[in-house]
Amino acid sequence: MFDYLVKRIATIAPTLVLVSMLVFGLQQLVPGDPAKILAGEDQDPTVIAYLHTKLHLDDPLPLRYVYWVGGVFRGDLGESIRTQQPVLTLIAQKLPVTVELALMAMIVALLIGIPAGIVSAIARGSAWDYAANAFALWGLSTPNFWLGILMILLFSVQLGWLPASGYVSPFEDLGANLAAMIMPAFVLGNAIAAVLMRHTRSAMLQVLSADYVRTARAKGLSERAVVLKHALRNALTPIITLGALELGTLLSGAVLTEQVFTIPGFGKLIVDSVFNRDYAVVQGVVLVTATAYITLNLLADLAYFLVNPRLRR
Amino acid sequence: MKITHRSLALALLLALLPLLPLAVRAQTLRIGLAEDPDVLDPTLARSFVGRVVFTALCDKLFDIDEKLNIVPQLATASEWSADGKTLTLKLRANVSFHDGEKFDAAAVKYNIERHKTLPGSNRRGELAPVASVDVVDPLTVRLNLSQPFSPLLAQLADRAGMMVSPKAAQAEGDKFGAKPVCSGPFKFVERVAQDRMVFERFAQYWNKDAVHFDKVIYTPIVDATVRLANLKSGQLDFIERVASSDIAKLATDNKLKVSRITEIGYQGITINVGKSELAQKSALGRDARVREAFELALDRQGLAQVVMDNEATVGNQWVAPGSNYYAKNVPVPKRDVARAKALLKEAGVPNPSFTLVTPTTSDAQRIALVVQAMTREAGFDVKIQATEFATSLNLADKGEFEAYVLAWSGRADPDGNLFSFYGCKQPLNYAGYCSPETDALLNQSRSLRDPAERKKVFEQIAARVLKERPIVYLYHRNWLWAYNAKLTGVRNIPDGLLRVTGLKLAP
Repeated sequence: MFDYLVKRIATIAPTLVLVSMLVFGLQQLVPGDPAKILAGEDQDPTVIAYLHTKLHLDDPLPLRYVYWVGGVFRGDLGESIRTQQPVLTLIAQKLPVTVELALMAMIVALLIGIPAGIVSAIARGSAWDYAANAFALWGLSTPNFWLGILMILLFSVQLGWLPASGYVSPFEDLGANLAAMIMPAFVLGNAIAAVLMRHTRSAMLQVLSADYVRTARAKGLSERAVVLKHALRNALTPIITLGALELGTLLSGAVLTEQVFTIPGFGKLIVDSVFNRDYAVVQGVVLVTATAYITLNLLADLAYFLVNPRLRR
Repeated sequence: MKITHRSLALALLLALLPLLPLAVRAQTLRIGLAEDPDVLDPTLARSFVGRVVFTALCDKLFDIDEKLNIVPQLATASEWSADGKTLTLKLRANVSFHDGEKFDAAAVKYNIERHKTLPGSNRRGELAPVASVDVVDPLTVRLNLSQPFSPLLAQLADRAGMMVSPKAAQAEGDKFGAKPVCSGPFKFVERVAQDRMVFERFAQYWNKDAVHFDKVIYTPIVDATVRLANLKSGQLDFIERVASSDIAKLATDNKLKVSRITEIGYQGITINVGKSELAQKSALGRDARVREAFELALDRQGLAQVVMDNEATVGNQWVAPGSNYYAKNVPVPKRDVARAKALLKEAGVPNPSFTLVTPTTSDAQRIALVVQAMTREAGFDVKIQATEFATSLNLADKGEFEAYVLAWSGRADPDGNLFSFYGCKQPLNYAGYCSPETDALLNQSRSLRDPAERKKVFEQIAARVLKERPIVYLYHRNWLWAYNAKLTGVRNIPDGLLRVTGLKLAP
């Protein structure tokens, strides 16, 4: 297990270098001169020329990449050319928001998806199964922004129970924070719950028909112990992989949901930065999300060891 | 246990405690913006939405009023020399910046010089004719011009006239925008990008009696439906740029009020008449008769109805028909498909074909679709190329387009809607129009100060340019604002920027 861990960690650095090179290169393929966008409405030629020099836009691509990597090693991800805020500050502002939203959405997804999947598998063909499947179909086919707007109209405009949008830090006011996050977390978690439910159901069905489950039942174990201790634990492996991937996606920002609920997270930051050709911000955010994604996958691999004792040998 | 009156009163008080923040919040003005502003440094700023925020933060030498008159703000009076080459300004006394520094003639000199010399300054062009600044006495400053430049006062009523604290600007250098220090009614507290900008009341503000809020919070909410939902649910007091399709519903809501103001900018279609070789290859760019036919094929009112739900004033010039500077000698032409067909026949191209580049915003795309349908009746074959804004701007700049749907937010003085668009080689002249005679008239208009005389020159420019049609103007949008009906003191100023002084929220 230790060797495996070392090997996995060793691959992180080259992967990150590759990702950053790829993103750096891809950005240059985007048409449009960043200096012209940044120069705004007036398009003053002296401003455009100044921005070209400041952003090294006329230097060769590899040299620009070296400038950027040099900055990263000094702990300087550059500054947003649009707002003059350091990229690190922007990331520090957005990361906790994105992490909180991702975790809350994941909790919603796990609380709905896994029980629904289990119930649907053990009561296959029953009304419960159909209800859970209908729910999954609904969750998968409902667009996030549409559900978000409907929820705002119902819970904020009509009933006045929850704030329509915005974000309050939990350290400032925990109640207000939860009130602001519950709708976006539900919207995001709902879609993931549907995916989790489908996977839990099929993994459980497969496991429940296995010989050792029959043996467990034959031993006279209670149905509860059979399902939760024997079947679910074995069915969890694919669900962990899926959960880690979904969480990674959530951590890279949920653009539409953040837009609708005006949550200042990574999704909005990266999309706005791409449209404004604010390259330093795009690079910085991608570096952080790529790191998060890789780390989560590593953690998922480690979790297999916990749920599957055979792998520990 | 016996419940006494005292314990009841105490319980009641405790129950009311959570309501306390509400009472505090009532002193806060919450404004929903359609976009997140760029850098909050008046010298470097470049977005329209940034100007909305600056009205709370940075006072200017002058301001404009509802009728576009230039009115005093930090400067109380101005006087031009007879040759129009010096402008003397009297400054307001007892004004200080948010850091306690004094506002005086030296500060004005510093600011004008900063606008002109800071690398990357977007104000340099606006103040180009200002050659030097003299401090006459602590409250008098003289601007020396290299040539007469009548739009200068209007420039000083916008970002070029915004004054920042010299001490803070020197200390922060080009990072000033991250923590701006000005002399406006509110001072900067914090900014969380894409989330909020929080400003608090500046206690030493020179006009503090006109400030009725302790705090103002600007929140960018890009989606118009969500912005409106926030207003309806009471989380915001004011929102800008309401979707025109929502206006009818708002009219019946007595908890909200709506303001509509004709913008000083315009929506138009720029035609490549000389930006690149493509102009000569396309019948539309080559032949003025084809462009006239194109304009005659358009029903502007129909366009305004379909695209803007009639929340726009149709027009054919760089200023709206209601403006004092509108050239009445070139009125809005009526749709005439028969005449358009005849012109195309005369030009030898009964079915001209061209590509219309449009940014991907929904308004611009709707314009393109309606224009395509309308001009088809006259024989045009319009192909639409919807392109993300940054890319479309790049195409326009390189002249890789035949026609381009482009809007301009407008400036208080018509010069700001005109000079850079029609002057040879000017940065916003995407059409590539160039005529020495028009250049001479444009320069002449800048040297005249008498509005009647300037209007005559603008009429001559209109007669020349509108015949050539490098830009076909369509309409002037309404700025649509919606706000809590208890909010009073909203001033409908045509630049579309909400002034926060004078605003009051009734309990």
